[in-house]
Amino acid sequence: MIGLISYLVFFTTVASILAIAVLGLNLQWGNTGLFNGGVVAFFGAGAYGTLLLGGTPQPDHMGGFGLIYPLALLGGMVAAGLLAWIVGVLTLRMRHDYLAISTFGVAVAFENLMRNAEWLSGGAKGIRGFERPLRAALGDGFLYNLLFLLFVLLLLFATYRFLELLVGSPFGRLLRAIREDETAARSLGKSPDRIRLIAFITGSVIMGLAGGLYGTFYAFVSPQDVLPTLTFQIWAMLIVGGAGNNRGAIMGAFLIWAAWTASGWGLSRFAPVEMQIFAGSIQYVLIGLVIVGMLLWRPQGLFPERLVVSQSGHAKN
Amino acid sequence: MADTVFTIDGLTVTFGEFCAVDDVSLKVRRGSITGLIGPNGAGKTTLFNAITGNLSPDRGTVTLNGKQVTGLPPDRLFAMGLGRTFQIPRPFARMSVLENVMLAPLAQIGERLTGPFLSARAVRAQEKEIRVRAMEVLEFMTLSPLADHPAGKISGGQMKLLELARVLMGDPEIILLDEPAAGVNPTLAGTLIERIEDLNQQGKTFVIIEHDMDFIMRHCDPIIALAQGKVVFEGTAVEAQSNPILLDAYLGARVDA
Repeated sequence: MIGLISYLVFFTTVASILAIAVLGLNLQWGNTGLFNGGVVAFFGAGAYGTLLLGGTPQPDHMGGFGLIYPLALLGGMVAAGLLAWIVGVLTLRMRHDYLAISTFGVAVAFENLMRNAEWLSGGAKGIRGFERPLRAALGDGFLYNLLFLLFVLLLLFATYRFLELLVGSPFGRLLRAIREDETAARSLGKSPDRIRLIAFITGSVIMGLAGGLYGTFYAFVSPQDVLPTLTFQIWAMLIVGGAGNNRGAIMGAFLIWAAWTASGWGLSRFAPVEMQIFAGSIQYVLIGLVIVGMLLWRPQGLFPERLVVSQSGHAKN
Repeated sequence: MADTVFTIDGLTVTFGEFCAVDDVSLKVRRGSITGLIGPNGAGKTTLFNAITGNLSPDRGTVTLNGKQVTGLPPDRLFAMGLGRTFQIPRPFARMSVLENVMLAPLAQIGERLTGPFLSARAVRAQEKEIRVRAMEVLEFMTLSPLADHPAGKISGGQMKLLELARVLMGDPEIILLDEPAAGVNPTLAGTLIERIEDLNQQGKTFVIIEHDMDFIMRHCDPIIALAQGKVVFEGTAVEAQSNPILLDAYLGARVDA
């Protein structure tokens, strides 16, 4: 019994962390129409940034600044934001598929940099020597994981509230207008370039927060954590949940993560032994099928975007 | 020239070898409804685009209220009082009609990222004002029953009205309308024309591209005709009706001006 609860805590923690990243992507794609194909780079910048800033000094790579945890986490978010600023200034002039291709390239470059720049990121070995915050006081057991889950849930809720307020405000209206028709928005006195950059950076900072929490949870990050697969998973979560709907984004994260975990478990349990080595690949194929299937049959997602009828200032179903 | 609201001087736009707007000079009188006519491909919409900064001219200048504004982007020009609509309507399709209109006012404090957090009260107060005005404008354009509808799902004619409603929210001094009545049913077109007349009485200046000659002759003064990128006629409706060059140009014949 305690094993199951303990597993549920683990599952919910990871799903909630991923949900935060999906919310960040929803701001970029769902609300502003920015096709970020390199989610994992910003997630990774947050994870690496947090662990480098908050870890203990290491002989073989940079970092280990031993900052107190909240500062380390904030630092990770700043790292993601800085990366987004540079990438945004360079690529946001591109639209749709071109933006997707270039941001995907950025993510691949990021992974390669982390894999090869040993002085910076520990190379393929990743970053070690990170102490999870308050571990000395709470120990490593179930209680710690439960409190960490609460902390993650709190941040997930805060991110959700922040974004709900934002997209319900005139700023959100402006984002949607830019998504729908940039030329028309410009002719009505708006400056889409600046707003797109702001939305891109804000979304990426949120992904950086998710990455920082992910790194904290495992007290470790390596290039294996920033593979393109994670970008696809996060996209699948948003598409299944419903782009443009924050609740949908969260639901999508939980659903896809549940399906991913269940398919992994199912394959390891029931697939014939000679198939076992392909289990990982089969999972990728499945997630690809889910994305394609959703886009074909229900492109608006399980929880479609709601139309804002601002007469009352509330969304209508 | 206190009564000239904007001036175009020697404006030229080329696409490769093709000269879409060829050395066009004209003045628009404050408070006028200036009609811009010409056959398809005469360069009318290109001229609009060059004026409003949607594309940059190769040569020539645009002067708005005595200020040189050539090549300024559309958002700057809108803030300076020059609004426009599009020949093919560009609604924000997945937003409600009301939201489409509420977007347009300039200098909204809530359009800052920090707006809803650091100045929530001011944003709410401003939103209330904007909402009231937006409903008035929708009422004026006979669109208020559609306020809650997605703008992408209303009729083409209603989209034309919505285009004008959005522009009105920014309260520009000059409005360029690109075929406002094209594809609009006669009843709606009638409403549209009435509204344009009302607004003109309130002091707004219009420049209107239109193929409906009845509308042009009845409501526009002066009328300017373009053909093959050049101005071939400028005068009143009465002059226009007896002008052989204009009739030629409108029928698409070659003009050696």
